[in-house]
Amino acid sequence: MLKLQVASRAGVGASAEGCASSGCGGSSAGLSHLPEHIRAKVHNHPCYSEEAHHHYARMHVAVAPACNIQCHYCNRKYNCANESRPGVVSELLTPAQAVKQVLAVAATIPQMAVLGIAGPGDPLANPERTLATFQALAEQAPDIKLCVSTNGLALPDLVEDLCALNIDHVTLTINCVDPDVGAHIYPWIFWKNRRIKGRKAAEILIERQQQGLEMLVARGVLVKVNSVLIPGVNDEHLKEVSRLVKAKGAFLHNVMPLIAEPEHGTFYGLMGQRGPTHEELQQLQDACAGDMAMMRHCRQCRADAVGMLGEDRGAEFSLDKIETLEIDYPQAMARRRQVHAAIEAQRAAAAQPPAKGEILISPTAIKRVRRETRPVLMAVATSGGGLINQHFGQAREFLVYEASAQEVRFIGVRKVGAYCSGPEDCGELDWVLEDTLRALSGCEVVLCSRIGFEPWGQLEAAGITPNGEHAQEPIEQAVASLYQEWVAAGRVAMPSPELARRRA
Amino acid sequence: MAFQIVEGCVNCWACLPLCPSQAILAVKPHFLIDTWRCNECEGQYADPQCASICPVEGVILDALGIPSNPPGSLTGIPPERRAATRAEIGAR
Ligand code: SF4
Ligand code: SF4
Repeated sequence: MLKLQVASRAGVGASAEGCASSGCGGSSAGLSHLPEHIRAKVHNHPCYSEEAHHHYARMHVAVAPACNIQCHYCNRKYNCANESRPGVVSELLTPAQAVKQVLAVAATIPQMAVLGIAGPGDPLANPERTLATFQALAEQAPDIKLCVSTNGLALPDLVEDLCALNIDHVTLTINCVDPDVGAHIYPWIFWKNRRIKGRKAAEILIERQQQGLEMLVARGVLVKVNSVLIPGVNDEHLKEVSRLVKAKGAFLHNVMPLIAEPEHGTFYGLMGQRGPTHEELQQLQDACAGDMAMMRHCRQCRADAVGMLGEDRGAEFSLDKIETLEIDYPQAMARRRQVHAAIEAQRAAAAQPPAKGEILISPTAIKRVRRETRPVLMAVATSGGGLINQHFGQAREFLVYEASAQEVRFIGVRKVGAYCSGPEDCGELDWVLEDTLRALSGCEVVLCSRIGFEPWGQLEAAGITPNGEHAQEPIEQAVASLYQEWVAAGRVAMPSPELARRRA
Repeated sequence: MAFQIVEGCVNCWACLPLCPSQAILAVKPHFLIDTWRCNECEGQYADPQCASICPVEGVILDALGIPSNPPGSLTGIPPERRAATRAEIGAR
């Protein structure tokens, strides 16, 4: 099971919610082709709204172990605690345990708005477990949104059940719409009590996915499509996938990079299939964005991730810890309502132009700058709330924004040391920094709350300017004002050295 | 005659609900087949169900002790390739 990401290109300040301060607001503008009721659904969903993910949290529970297909990027050994790859979880839960865990998390982290079942296998290949979990939550915690991910093979048979439980978000992983491409991604499927291999397998899977997509859209269920970008296998083809799924009514297309290392034991990992570079991913997302809303903030969470996107507090809610817990959910629900109302008030306030006398520079201000300035990629360390509020050394990921004369736009998330957790596996700290530098390729600035002396020097040596002067400021405003500064200093008048080289 | 599950099974539950004879036991460290119950899906399905969905190569053996899904048959990864990579990673 994989999850991936996508983005929108709309200009800052053009957002329907009037979120002038937010490049993330681009997401609502990118969704402007959608009917109002769908935009409302997306508004508070951390996985779908770039702006909402700063404020709300989501959670996955691992109740679905079995799978009915094999993908070349997946290894069915799913119990490795050191990995944060999609499809990897540490503890398999029964539906009853899962419900308990969800209630515990929702009571402790009131921002938790969305519960997803994503694996570790295919949720719809485990219909009893998946539906039992949803059923209990729909009854006991009606304020939590429910969503599910699937490869689509079993989807047409379960659409009615999902609708009956009021599941309003389904994530469908579609890597191809051509069986000849699919034959290089899926070695087999289990279908009608037989294992089917080769092109035929891909043909059946694709047909079921498309049928499921159509059925969900016809019933008004939100469908997000995930695709894994596999260079040389489906890269060009994904443009066609994007066109087709949009035409059929998917509301978002999320293109995620293939993650393949020999250590993972997957077909691609062992056969030396590489993942895309940041640039390739961005190019493809841009190409698809012309067609529909894309989502770029996806973190490819583990199937049991808990917390805000990019953070995992799962260890706090392990089985032994929740077992003895007594939860008064009605009381928790009242508190959750308050917290959500406060968040909404804060978001509404953030959408207002700064009051007179404040010296914040709005991103729209940079529109007045002469057009010859080149765009600059800036990486941001944040732990949420839409602020620059994380120490460089603590950042496990960076949000990348592109500042230009026209706009500040959110480009994507770059993970650092994301696929293993300990120095035991990953070697020395030097290695981590090296990995960070690699993750930041193409960026010219890193904005963080603080940064150590040593990494400061190494970043500078690598041509990246560390900046801690905008700590606790809203991200887009800081990016815009720094860009403004660079413009004034004449630092962005020319193509960057790297760009010049590429064009030569 | 019966099938059996051996070491390497990842307890993924895929096989269990499919077995027409309720012969599969969800036990630790890995799932097992009750030899007395398994009838090789005889008369029920053309293919033994457990062996048709199991995603892990080599963990289900037929009545003769032969792996139903030998190395490379499910993942497409040539066994030499896997062995070579393992050696490489071990040497790091
Ligand atoms: S061969 Fe058939 S009867 Fe025997 S354990 Fe497997 S599924 Fe059950
Ligand atoms: S399908 Fe295979 S790996 Fe999964 S539980 Fe059954 S024997 Fe074990």
